[in-house]
Amino acid sequence: MAKKMDEKSYHAHIARIKIVRYIVLIILTILCLFPLYVMVINSTHESHEITRGLLVLPGTWVVKNLKNTLTDASIPILRALLNSLMISAACAICTTYASTLTAYAVHAYDFKGRKAIQTFILAIMMIPSQVTALGFYDLMKSFRLLDNYIPLIIPTIAAPVVYFFMLQYMQSSLPLEIVEAARIDGSGEFRTFNSIVLPIMKPAIAVQAIFAFVTNWNNYFTPQLIINKQSLYTLPIVIAKLREADFLSFDNGKVYMAMVLSILPVVIVYLFLSRYIIQGVAVGSVKG
Amino acid sequence: MAATKKSKVVSYTKWGYIFLIPFFLVYTVFSLVPLINTVYRSFFEMYMEGLMQVGPTFVGLANYGKILSGELPKYFGNTMIMWVIGFIPQILISLLLGVWFADTQVRLKGEQFFKTVIYLPNLIMAATFSMLFYSLFSELGPVNGLINTLGGSTIKFLEITWGVRGLVGTMNFLMWFGNTTIMLMAGIMGIDTSLFEAANVDGATSMQVFTRITMPLLKPIFLYVLITSMIGGLQMFDVPQILSKGLGSPNRTSLTMIMWLNNFLYSKDYGRSGALSVILFIVTGILSFIVFRLNTKGDEY
Repeated sequence: MAKKMDEKSYHAHIARIKIVRYIVLIILTILCLFPLYVMVINSTHESHEITRGLLVLPGTWVVKNLKNTLTDASIPILRALLNSLMISAACAICTTYASTLTAYAVHAYDFKGRKAIQTFILAIMMIPSQVTALGFYDLMKSFRLLDNYIPLIIPTIAAPVVYFFMLQYMQSSLPLEIVEAARIDGSGEFRTFNSIVLPIMKPAIAVQAIFAFVTNWNNYFTPQLIINKQSLYTLPIVIAKLREADFLSFDNGKVYMAMVLSILPVVIVYLFLSRYIIQGVAVGSVKG
Repeated sequence: MAATKKSKVVSYTKWGYIFLIPFFLVYTVFSLVPLINTVYRSFFEMYMEGLMQVGPTFVGLANYGKILSGELPKYFGNTMIMWVIGFIPQILISLLLGVWFADTQVRLKGEQFFKTVIYLPNLIMAATFSMLFYSLFSELGPVNGLINTLGGSTIKFLEITWGVRGLVGTMNFLMWFGNTTIMLMAGIMGIDTSLFEAANVDGATSMQVFTRITMPLLKPIFLYVLITSMIGGLQMFDVPQILSKGLGSPNRTSLTMIMWLNNFLYSKDYGRSGALSVILFIVTGILSFIVFRLNTKGDEY
């Protein structure tokens, strides 16, 4: 089509296409950002002002709201931030290290039943944790692990999706000659893994660590089953409690401020690493 | 390849097993045993009546019968309706944007910016996102404030069946279309560009290119997106749970299957929650099997 047109009308044609695409993209951008914008703006206003209507300009109550939110004992947001930070970091470390180790076992060793194990892990990949929640809760209760972070952290060691990503990365980036060379130099298998394989896997580990961190930061279902004690609340539980308490009828400023605080760390990390995160999504999907 | 084979000498193979221990130990304790326990409990009647525990009594498949002839169809319907409301715009917009981002002829400025923005909602905590929409659309929220300013009367979005379902669907759409766009874009960019060039030389319109080249070659990824999204849809919990305080209001029309399961877990109805879990397990199992087949087929190319 393009070839048949003369150059001028071709350029006009492209320009028209561009305008349409920009308009659609800008509408979608507004759709994505506007709710978040209103959230941030409202967190800077006094409760009465917020209920009066849609605010578009920042107010002057940001410090006041922040102080009120942080000192309100019924919204333990600071504590929850620290709890979530700790759990998510622990999960990110556990899941990336263990999944790399699992993938390495499958990638580097030709043991009996290797194919069967590969198939098994692939097969269990999609089983959602919710369908085992009853048995999980029951077991944790009998282990006396309710109100404990172990049930939130340790299970991430067995993460089929992370394993699968690591395995694919190894197949493209970890030649076994390197492992062989390390053996000749007298390096033990475990040491080879820690000092040679892990550094090579760094890019994949970084991407998966970010995803694991965010996933666990946002996880609500399992924590709300396991955690009951207020001092152990994670952020999603605190947010859910705000909703359950109908907090909007007390102080809107605090509610919006709590929401801002709950997503701020992840958004900041994202602003710096968005390029790598988006690449990670794209790479993960090609072989999906 | 020959070198690869040679390096796997017999004496090292035990390390393969040793390195697999953490995964399988953790999987067995935290997933497999709970799964077996869940299935086992689904055959027993056991629940709390006030402070009294009823059962456990072996009842065979009675729990399944109770659930299937009871409220399961309703909550399955709710879940699927809200999934569809989000998924249809999600897949249409994502296909459109995927094609645009992969288009080498029309280069848009700020592509990275747009990608960053549309992926952002996926990283926002679902609990917060839902709480935010509740705040925005509540009776005294900014949306109604705007409606009032424009002369309209207050709409109680959260007390109207399709208001709540629409909000849940909208949130799911906003949270997932960026992710789907990037996956489809990656898939489209994986298509041999000479095919597009040949079509161009032959004078194909962009619609023809899309229906004859892009779509057929994108089919595996498209199916993958569809089925994984459906599996995700079946697990829908955070958003409707927080939006409706776990009640699925109005009148349980936004109660999803996992919210129902959660209610059983809280009320300690082990029998019915077991049966519900097993049914969900079987359904996701079938869907996963399809994805699994797609994956292994993909490896042959």
